[in-house]
Amino acid sequence: MATRIHVQTTLNGEAAEFLCDSRQSLLEVLRDDLGFTGTKEGCSNGNCGACSLQIDGVLVDSCLVLAAEVDGKSVNTIEGLASPAQLHPLQQKFLEHAALQCGICTPGFIMAAKALLEKNPKPTEHEVRYWLAGNLCRCTGYDKIVRAVLDAAESMEASA
Amino acid sequence: MAEATAYQVIGTRPVRPDGADKVTGRAIYGADVRMPGMLHGKVLRSPHAHARIKSIDTSKAEALPGVKAVVTHKDLPEAPDKIANLGEGAVNLKFLSNNVLAQEKALYRGHAIAAVAAINVHVAEEAVNLIEVEYEVLPPVLTTPEAMQEGAPMLHAGMTTTSLGEKTDRESNVASHYRFTLGDVAEGFKQADLVIEREFDTATVHQGYIEPHNATAMWNEEGHVTIWTSTQGAFVVQKQSSEVLGIPVSQVSVIPAEIGGGFGGKIPVYLEPVAALLSRKTGHPVKLVMSRIEEFESTGPTPGSRLKVKMGATRDGRVVAAEASLAFEAGAFPGSPVGPGGMCIFAPYSFPNMQVDGYDVVVNKPKTTAYRAPGATNAAFASETIMDEFAEQLGIDPLQLRVMNGAKEGDRRVDGPTHPQIGFLETVHAALEHEHYNTPLEGPNRGRGVASGFWFNVGLQSSVVINVNSDGTVSLVEGSTDIGGTRASIAMQAAEVLGIPYESVRPTVAGTDGVGYTDVTGGSRTTFATGYAAYEAANDVVRQMKERLAERWSNEQEEGADALSAEDVTYSGGVFGCSKGADKAVSFQEMAELMPRTGGPISGRATVQPRGVGGAFATHIVDVEVDPDTGKVSILRYTAVQDVGKAIHPSYVEGQIQGGVTQGIGWALNETYMYREDGNMSNASFLDYRMPTCLDLPMIDAVLVEVPNPGHPFGVRGVGEVPIVPPPAAVANAIYRATGKRMTDLPMSPGYVLDKMRA
Amino acid sequence: MQTFDYVAAQTVDEAVSLLASKGDQARVLAGGTDLIVQLREGRRQLETVVDVKKIPEANVLSYDAQNGLHLGAAVACHRIYNDPVISKTYPGLMDAFTLIGGIQIQGRASVGGNLCNSSPAADSTPTLIAHRTMCVIAGPNGQRVVPVEQFCTAPGRNVLENGEFLLSLRVPAPPNNFGAHYLRFIPRNEMDIAVVGVGSSLMLGDDKSTVTDARIALGAVAPTPLVAVEAAAALVGKPISDDTIAAAASAAASIARPIDDMRGTVQQRIHLTGVLTRRTLQGALSRARGES
Repeated sequence: MATRIHVQTTLNGEAAEFLCDSRQSLLEVLRDDLGFTGTKEGCSNGNCGACSLQIDGVLVDSCLVLAAEVDGKSVNTIEGLASPAQLHPLQQKFLEHAALQCGICTPGFIMAAKALLEKNPKPTEHEVRYWLAGNLCRCTGYDKIVRAVLDAAESMEASA
Repeated sequence: MAEATAYQVIGTRPVRPDGADKVTGRAIYGADVRMPGMLHGKVLRSPHAHARIKSIDTSKAEALPGVKAVVTHKDLPEAPDKIANLGEGAVNLKFLSNNVLAQEKALYRGHAIAAVAAINVHVAEEAVNLIEVEYEVLPPVLTTPEAMQEGAPMLHAGMTTTSLGEKTDRESNVASHYRFTLGDVAEGFKQADLVIEREFDTATVHQGYIEPHNATAMWNEEGHVTIWTSTQGAFVVQKQSSEVLGIPVSQVSVIPAEIGGGFGGKIPVYLEPVAALLSRKTGHPVKLVMSRIEEFESTGPTPGSRLKVKMGATRDGRVVAAEASLAFEAGAFPGSPVGPGGMCIFAPYSFPNMQVDGYDVVVNKPKTTAYRAPGATNAAFASETIMDEFAEQLGIDPLQLRVMNGAKEGDRRVDGPTHPQIGFLETVHAALEHEHYNTPLEGPNRGRGVASGFWFNVGLQSSVVINVNSDGTVSLVEGSTDIGGTRASIAMQAAEVLGIPYESVRPTVAGTDGVGYTDVTGGSRTTFATGYAAYEAANDVVRQMKERLAERWSNEQEEGADALSAEDVTYSGGVFGCSKGADKAVSFQEMAELMPRTGGPISGRATVQPRGVGGAFATHIVDVEVDPDTGKVSILRYTAVQDVGKAIHPSYVEGQIQGGVTQGIGWALNETYMYREDGNMSNASFLDYRMPTCLDLPMIDAVLVEVPNPGHPFGVRGVGEVPIVPPPAAVANAIYRATGKRMTDLPMSPGYVLDKMRA
Repeated sequence: MQTFDYVAAQTVDEAVSLLASKGDQARVLAGGTDLIVQLREGRRQLETVVDVKKIPEANVLSYDAQNGLHLGAAVACHRIYNDPVISKTYPGLMDAFTLIGGIQIQGRASVGGNLCNSSPAADSTPTLIAHRTMCVIAGPNGQRVVPVEQFCTAPGRNVLENGEFLLSLRVPAPPNNFGAHYLRFIPRNEMDIAVVGVGSSLMLGDDKSTVTDARIALGAVAPTPLVAVEAAAALVGKPISDDTIAAAASAAASIARPIDDMRGTVQQRIHLTGVLTRRTLQGALSRARGES
C-alpha cells in the first residue's frame, strides 16, 4: 500500500493542505475530502469538461489530474469566482441569458469561459465555440451559453 | 381568458430562483450529498450480453479490509408480476427487480449482478473485482430482425406475444403487437397516383445527460428508508423502491437532490434499491454513483428501430393512405415506446386512411427507457422523409404539401383521439413566412430540408401548496423536480394569479414527505400540470383572502347592513376591493399583515389531474452542407418553429427547443450504440458516443407560435419534447437536396453518407 | 483504480533509475490524459508512476533559427501554441497541437506523451514526421537519438527500452520555401480520435513551384504511423500541379492498410487517406509559397 501523500497548495487564494492517496484525482479530493462539490463529475475521462478548473491559471479537466500533482500549485475552482458582494459577470450573464437548464455543466462552462476571456477578452462567436468544445451541455443546444459568454465579454470590456 | 397583453408576469424573462446557487457551484446535486459515516458503493456488472448466472461467490470480496457489505439479487424479495405506472411509461415490477439486480440471467452487457459497500470507492471497486461469478454464456440477440426470427435465442423462457390485446401461445421475443386503424388503407392506396414504400433503420441512442445516476440511502433501525437522489420524480422513486424492496410506500422517503439532466432517463430506478440494501446490511448511509461507462451500458437508452412505411398520394398532393410497421427494440425487458411512436407518426396530418402496426421486441441490450418524445423521433424520420419525396416528385413545395394535408381541430388521429384546438398549420405558415425559408440557399453541396413533428404531451398528477408570509411574499411548495427552470415557470403562474411580483414567490421543490403526490418531470407536463396546480393554489389563497375581508368588512359595516360574502370582494392589480358600496382598498401585502387578526395563517393548496392536455407541433427548417469528399454534414442554419400554447418564460421555452433540436441533430448525424458481435458496446464514452459540441452547431433560431391550449388557464402547452422529433428527418431531407441521395438509416454519419453518395 | 507509488522525479538520473528498477511496472506521467484514464479503467496496472514534469530537460521549450525547436517531452500543448514565435514558425505542428482533445486536454497533454502512447491515430505524430523530427531518449546508458518515424513499433508500443524515457524532441528549423500541414478527419469538429490523419510537408525551389523535398505521413491507417515514401517521390523534382498532387494522394492511399473499427471502415479510411493527402499538400503548398 502506497503511503499517503502530503500536498500543500493554494485553493482559491487560500493556503490549503491535504493528505491523499496517489490514485485520487484532484476532482475526487476536492469533492469528497475537501467538500468543494461545485466542480462536477460527468465522465471521469476528460471528455465532458464538467470538472474544469484552473491550475496556475491553466484550464484543465480535474478528473485527469492526480491530486498529488498540485503540490506547490495554485488551484482555482468555481467556488472562488464570485465575490461576497456580487457574482462574476459570467455568472450574472449565464443567469440573465438562461444559459443553464439543469446546471450540472454550468460550473465547468463558466470556468472554461473565464479562462478564455483572460486570454482573449474579445472573442468572436467561432472562438467561443472552439474554446468551449471540450465542455458538453446536453440541455441548451449551446445557443444561450455562447450568447452569455459573448455578452459577458462585452460587459467586462466596458467596465475594464 | 385574459388577453396576453394583460399579463404582468407571464411572458417576462426573470432570473430563475435557483440560479445563483447553480452558477456558484453551491447547489447540491445527488453526487454532492455527504453524510456522516457514509460508505461508498460499487456495482458489479455482467461482462456478457447474454448469460446464465450459475453461481456468485462473494467471499473474497467480503474478506477485503474496508468492505462492509455485499448484496446480490438474493437480498431482494420476490417481486410481484404486476404493472406499475411511472408517469411516462409503465413497468412490470418483476422485470424492474430483475433489472436492479439480475436473478437467473444476465440479459445485457452491464446488467447489475452484485454490489459492494466499502469505506471508499476505490476499495469498493477492488472488492467488486474479487466477486467470482460463474456464467454460462449464451448467444446474444442484438437486433429486432434477429430477435423476431423463428428459432432465435429467447431472452425470457416462456414469454409469449400479446397480440392486439390478446395473449397468444406464440413463444417469441416479440412481447406485444398492436394495430391502430383509421379508414381503409387498401381502398386509400387504390386512389393513389404515387405510392412510396421504404424501410428505415434507426440506431440505439442514449439520453446523454451529463450527470451520472446516483443514490444515497439510509435504512434506519425502525425500518424506514430515506433516499437522496437525482430523479425526475421523487414519488416514482418511492413507488419503485418500495415495490422492489418489498416494503410499504410509507416506509420510503425520497428527497430529491438537484438533477443534472434526465430527458426520460432518470425515471427508472437503478441504484436506489441497491443503496438501500447496502445500508440495511451496514447500518450506514451508502452512496452509489455510476461511471460514464455504466451510464451507457446499463441505463437508458432509447430504442433502435426498424420501420417500414408506405404512403400513397394523388397527383394534386393529397395523401390518401399511410401505412406503417414499426419494430422497436425494448432492450432486455418488454416496454419500448413503440406505442407512442405509432400514435405520433401520422399525427400532424388528416390522412383519411391510416394503419399502424407496432412490435415490442426484447433484445440483449439495456432496458430502454423514455427519451424526449419517446418513439416519435424514430417514427417521424420515416414518415417525414416520404412526405419530402412526395413534395419533390409531385413538384409541390414541401411546406405547402403540409398545408394541404395538415391536421386541424376535429381531425382524428390514427390511434383514436380527435385533435382539439391545435396549432400545426400555424407552425407551417410561420415557417413559410420566415425569412430563413425565403432566403435562397446558395453554394455547392448545400441543401435545405424541412420536417414536422407531433408529441401528445401528458397531464398526470401534481400538488402545490402556497403559504402566505406576513410580509406579503409567499412560499410555494411543489413536487416537480426542476431540470430546466420550472421553479421559475411555476412561480410565475402563481405570481400572476396572486398579483404580486415574481420575486415575491419563493418556490421550493419538496420530497415525498413535504408535498402531495406529484408525477415525474417528464411528458412535457411540468409547466402545464404543476403550473395548473400553482394557478389553483394561488386562487385558493385569493379566495381565502376574499373570505377574510368579506367578514372583516361586514363587521365594520353599520348595523343592519347585509353581510358581505367573498363574491362581493374583488381582486385586481394586487388590490382587494368591494363591489358593494363601501370604497375599500387592501393590498395583498396589507392582507398578509392582517392574517393573525383575521383567523390565522393562510395556506392555499391544490391537487390536480388536468385532462385538457394540449398537444404540441413543430416545423423545422435546416440548411446543411455535405462535404463531397468525406460525407461529413455541417449544419449551416437551423430554424425551429413550434406551437407553444403560451410561453410562460420565453427564454426557457426557447431553451427547450434549442436543446431538443441539438439532441435531434446528434441523433441524426453521429450518435449510435456500436456493438461487437458478442454484444459488447465498443463506444461507451463521450469520446466515441459523439454528442454535438458547441463547435458542431450554429445558433438555433426558436420561433414561438402561440395557439393557446384551451385546457389550461393560461393556454400552456408542454414544450419540452416535440423539438427533438423533426430534426433527423429535416436533416435527411436537406442532405437529399444537397446530394440527390435519400437517407434511410440513422445516424447519417460521414461514412454512411459517403457510401450513399458513391453508390 | 489500483493503488501505486507516485514519484515526482527531479532529475533525469532519478527517473531513469526508477524506471530501470521497476521495469514494466513503472510508467512515465507527463500530462496524464492517456495514462490516468488507462489506470482508472483498469486497462493498465502499475506499481510506480514517475512524474517527469519537474525534470528541467523534459520541460525545455526553445527555438532559434540555427537549432530549430527543442521541445521537452513533458511540455503541454498550450505552452507551445501560446509561444508567439514558435506558433508562427511551425504552423504545420500547431495544426495538430491545437486539436488534441479540447482546450482542457491541451492544458495538460504533452506532445511527448502523445508520441509515447504510440497510438496509430495520434495527431501529433504524422506532422512530427513531416517535420523530420528527432527523438532524444534518456536511459541507463545515456542519451540516444531516434528519428520520429522509427519511434512507434506497434499500437501502444515503441522503441523505449527498460529504463528509458523520451526526454525531448528536436524539430529542424523550417528552411526557405517550406510548408507543412496536418489534417485529420473526424465526424465532429472537435473532441474525436482521428479516423485518418495526414501530415505533409513540401519544400519548393526558388521558382516556388518545383518540389525539392516532400514528406507525407499517415496516421490511423496501419499499426504505426506510415511514411508515404512513394507519394513523396511522385512530387519531388517536378513542378507542383493538381496532377502531381493527385498522383501523390493516390500513392498514399495505396499504402494504407487500415482496419475496420468503431471509428471507420477499411474502405472509408483508404478513401480518406487520398482526400487528406491532397488537402494537406494543398495546405502545405500555400504555406510554402507564403500565401497563408
